Amino acid sequence: MAEDESLRGILIEQVDRLLTDAGGPDVLRAAERGEWPEALWAEAEALGLPLALAPEAVGGAGLGWEDAVAVWHALGRHGAPLPLAHGMAAAALLGASGIEPPAGFVALALPREPVAWGRRAAHVAAAGDAGQMALHDGAGVEWRRGANPLSREPDDRAAFNAPLRTGRLPNADAARNAGALLHAALIAGALEAALDMAVEYANTRKQFGRPIGAFQAVQQQLAVCASEAAAAAVACAAAGRAADRRGLEDAGFEIGSAKVVAGEAAGIGAAVVHQVFAAIGFTDDHPLHLFTRRMWAWRNAAGAERVWARRIGEAALARGGDALWPNLTARSEEAAP
Amino acid sequence: MPGLRFDLRDTPPEAPALRAELRAFLAEAGRDWSPRVRAYSWMGFDREFSRAVGERGWIGMTWPKEYGGHERTALERYVVLEEMLAVGAPVAAHWIGDRQSGPLLLRLGTEEQRREFLPRICKGELAFAIGLSEPDSGSDLASLRTKAERVDGGWRVNGRKVWTTNAHSCDFMIALLRTSPSPDPKQRHQGLSQFLVDLRSSGLSIRPILDLAGEEGFNEITFDDVFVPDAMLVGKEGEGWKQATAELAFERAGPERYLSSLPLLTAALDDLRDEPAAPEAVGRLLARAGTLRQMSLAVAGMLQDGRTPEREAALVKDAGNDYEQALPERLRDLMDPVRTPPAVQEMLADVTMVARSYSLRGGTREILRGIIARQLGLR
Repeated sequence: MAEDESLRGILIEQVDRLLTDAGGPDVLRAAERGEWPEALWAEAEALGLPLALAPEAVGGAGLGWEDAVAVWHALGRHGAPLPLAHGMAAAALLGASGIEPPAGFVALALPREPVAWGRRAAHVAAAGDAGQMALHDGAGVEWRRGANPLSREPDDRAAFNAPLRTGRLPNADAARNAGALLHAALIAGALEAALDMAVEYANTRKQFGRPIGAFQAVQQQLAVCASEAAAAAVACAAAGRAADRRGLEDAGFEIGSAKVVAGEAAGIGAAVVHQVFAAIGFTDDHPLHLFTRRMWAWRNAAGAERVWARRIGEAALARGGDALWPNLTARSEEAAP
Repeated sequence: MPGLRFDLRDTPPEAPALRAELRAFLAEAGRDWSPRVRAYSWMGFDREFSRAVGERGWIGMTWPKEYGGHERTALERYVVLEEMLAVGAPVAAHWIGDRQSGPLLLRLGTEEQRREFLPRICKGELAFAIGLSEPDSGSDLASLRTKAERVDGGWRVNGRKVWTTNAHSCDFMIALLRTSPSPDPKQRHQGLSQFLVDLRSSGLSIRPILDLAGEEGFNEITFDDVFVPDAMLVGKEGEGWKQATAELAFERAGPERYLSSLPLLTAALDDLRDEPAAPEAVGRLLARAGTLRQMSLAVAGMLQDGRTPEREAALVKDAGNDYEQALPERLRDLMDPVRTPPAVQEMLADVTMVARSYSLRGGTREILRGIIARQLGLR
């Protein structure tokens, strides 16, 4: 884990600068045409980002999950033009199962989920249902190419051959939790970016002789969007902190909560920003949809809200009403440093 | 987002032991609380309970010992609050003084005021009401007209306050009054001052107003030449608006803005085990509860650091109110009206009715969202 807030700050600044300089709508659109963001990926590798989450013993930087959430949030703010979050999570999971993560793009394959940018993977980290992890050579995987119907980004189906290495995660939940956390954090970042765009637009677009942002009807909607963006960000940060303290595999409540809250926020927030932008935001020309379509795609990935809510709810019902509040408060206190 | 920050905060190291103490105390004290008492939660007024809470040292927790306080941290106080609210404890008799009136006197009161009022608040013996709204001044608070005119040795007050929660049971009120007329509509925020008003003053009459559930929750207060001594002015004459709005960070920041209906979830949960739609609905409610708790703790942490996170508090209150209002509706969808035990049904009915007040009291949804929008840079 980054020892202090300032190290996290430096990391985020690096990611932000990288994506400001070398990202943008054109890169996002190119990704939707299947063009691999070669230059961006090379820069990210030069910064050591893909391996940042892996333990230092296997060549990583030993970054923590709360730090990772901050990086992914920054990535989401730029629409995540490269599958860096997936690569980081893949390296962390390999490391956690005793497999040294290789350099280059390592794609993340969760059970039954399509693999983001699988076709470009040098290696694939494939998780099983029961905590198995396998490292595959990307060239040895047979890919059925596809595209996510919402984000249009490459989403490929894999038929695996014999793995290069195999290992085991601490439990069956770790891989699923990593997938949920990264997508929740990307949503939180993208929603914040979309909100900023909508606020700026509301302050400049004039109707009835004044900026539309001067109308309370518009203000009230954007306030709701801000609330949702804040909730998503807080839920993700809390989930990252829980994973740092108790281990990724035992932070299911917080990570599931983050996926539920971020997923709900994606739906509510995207509706608001599109309403604010009206017709221009409905065009292909305008970049708004580069963010909203990704949010809609990410909320379905690694378990939609319904899936995670059910898991949380089933556990709470099994524990019973008297345990509900004590359980909520004990989570952050038992493992506090 | 411009200027809105929610940095994660941990509860203090003392929290687990403090919770254990509170849970034992509340289990005993709450044995006979009816579903209605729990549904009214922090609007519930019970002097005996408040005195017991005071005896345990859980009022004025952060205040200096010389004023009867306990010099503990704001986050320890937060733990006490959330434990009380999670079980719907009737805290109103000490809680407004603990949350608002006491801190106001600590910050701006005279030495005499602090010595007279704070120790009694800490003992749970002195109950406070908040006198802001008037018949013609709700969300547009600066338009208030109840006036205090200078007379020999003090002020003469005339006018009316309304929707004052529990005033009929309280001892004192912190009232925001007009001390100089406001000729210019743009200067309405000036000329307002805060006073400590003894609710047993001559010329002051209190008429309880029944709420929609049939409870005497709030009141109309009429001032007919009520004399308020000079010594009861709080802070500076004419600075009342600034003083009162600074209080709002305290009023809006607490866990009471998302926890009001949580006791219903606790009570209803065990009877939902056979309902197929329950896991998902309960999971969504818990995901939001955990998140709101982290947001609320973040604001509490900022208060502990001596900051006044008014805008963050507005956001958490707005989101929290949505949540605590949605909760009974979601549970209703899951509850079988025939098989659900009567006590749970009763509580659902009460919370359904009381919930309408959540997004009105302490700043309406529309006002709060206006504050958030301004923070976003919308004008």
